[in-house]
Amino acid sequence: MNIRLILAALAGSALAGSAMAQTSPSEDFQKFRDVMEEDNPAELFEARGEEYWKTPRGPKNASLEQCDLGLGPGVVNGAYVQMPRYFADVDQVMDAERRVVHCMVTLQGLAFEEVTKQPFSNDKGTPDHVSVVTYIAGQSRDMKIAPPQNHPKERETYEIGKEIFGFRAGPYDFSCSTCHGADGRRIRMQDLPNLTKPEGAAKGIIGWPGYRMTGGFMLTSQWRMTDCFRQQRFPQPKYLSDTITAILAYQAVNARGQVYRGPGIKR
Amino acid sequence: MDRINVSTLLLAVLGMPAFVVPTTATAGDYRDQALAMVKRDFQAKGSAGLDRLEEDGLQSVCNRTGNHPPKEIAARLEQDQLASIEMPADGNLMGDWKAGEKLAQSGRGFTWTDKPGLPVGGNCYNCHRISPSETSFGTVGPSLYQFGKLRGKGPEVQQYVYQKIFNAKAFNVCSEMPRFGHIGALKEAQIKDLVALLLADDSPVNSK
Repeated sequence: MNIRLILAALAGSALAGSAMAQTSPSEDFQKFRDVMEEDNPAELFEARGEEYWKTPRGPKNASLEQCDLGLGPGVVNGAYVQMPRYFADVDQVMDAERRVVHCMVTLQGLAFEEVTKQPFSNDKGTPDHVSVVTYIAGQSRDMKIAPPQNHPKERETYEIGKEIFGFRAGPYDFSCSTCHGADGRRIRMQDLPNLTKPEGAAKGIIGWPGYRMTGGFMLTSQWRMTDCFRQQRFPQPKYLSDTITAILAYQAVNARGQVYRGPGIKR
Repeated sequence: MDRINVSTLLLAVLGMPAFVVPTTATAGDYRDQALAMVKRDFQAKGSAGLDRLEEDGLQSVCNRTGNHPPKEIAARLEQDQLASIEMPADGNLMGDWKAGEKLAQSGRGFTWTDKPGLPVGGNCYNCHRISPSETSFGTVGPSLYQFGKLRGKGPEVQQYVYQKIFNAKAFNVCSEMPRFGHIGALKEAQIKDLVALLLADDSPVNSK
């Protein structure tokens, strides 16, 4: 990581802040992030995920190279920005993370419970399936977000996701929409993208999976959705559940046409 | 109380000639599917039990109408919510603005990672600008800076602010703001402290 660049960027934004009228802290952080992304440690996890993808493992001693991410077995290029999508082999719509775990179970013979024992990264580290998701995401860098809506189940998943997005319940009457249903909203200093519009929905996708600097691990969209429900004061969604896939489908379809920039960086 | 009213209300909604049901039969199916999916997919964790997925009457009406119920329904629900507000027996509504400021700062409470039970924070700065010294404020709700200066601090305003914090839905049925008193999150003395934060002469909210 190039510390000098970061410091230069910080100094630059501080100067700009005093010289010009005002830059908001979120704008300053965006500048910092732009510089960091030139040298994003997420690339380390992309490399680790690629290695996992290509190395035989598990009871079946198989790699993931026959995994079908929707564009045919082994096709990784452009697959991430075309998910969630319908998969005929399971007759289900799956998002990227769910599909990766599915492939680890079916191709490598690993137990679902074993793979998902630690679903998300934490101080103990970044689980293999998260590195694989990061690798796949990196293979859609600079491509347009284009989840298909051809299969009836894909359209149905979008509509259900839309309903869940607006579903108010719990002690505070919150839904996803409370924070993410209008332009220009903030919680404290945190900008809240309007996920009902293309640019906002893209903000909810671009930068994920993200490298969390305060921890040194990767966090995925599955994690992000789960933590949103926590802040919404809801109970906990089960990992890789239909609900999360539906919410991700709602976002991805709303973001269609926007350009995905690859794995990002988070505070 | 919400639960008792909901079937009557929904009957009323369906019976209203002016009310065009904004959803097709198919869209209604999506709502049913969404509710069934959510009930399948969530698990209790910490203080966040599965009972939180059960809509109360008001939530259900807001969810079914995209937060825009017909005027008559909104008015009746608002009346119900207003009638359920418990006002302090001593008639005094102004507490300690300093305690109110501290409470307004805290966003803790009710998530599955929070310590279960009370006290919980007021969450005010999450959504509102309040005291000028706090520059980290949200914009989901309107700015409350200078509130007392602009609105006065007489008995009517005090009552309105107390009621609004106790149950925001009494004034705007599908308001984004939680019903802090109604759900028992904030107690009488805490709400009084927040009233003082917005209205007291010496509160920073009304400085200069």
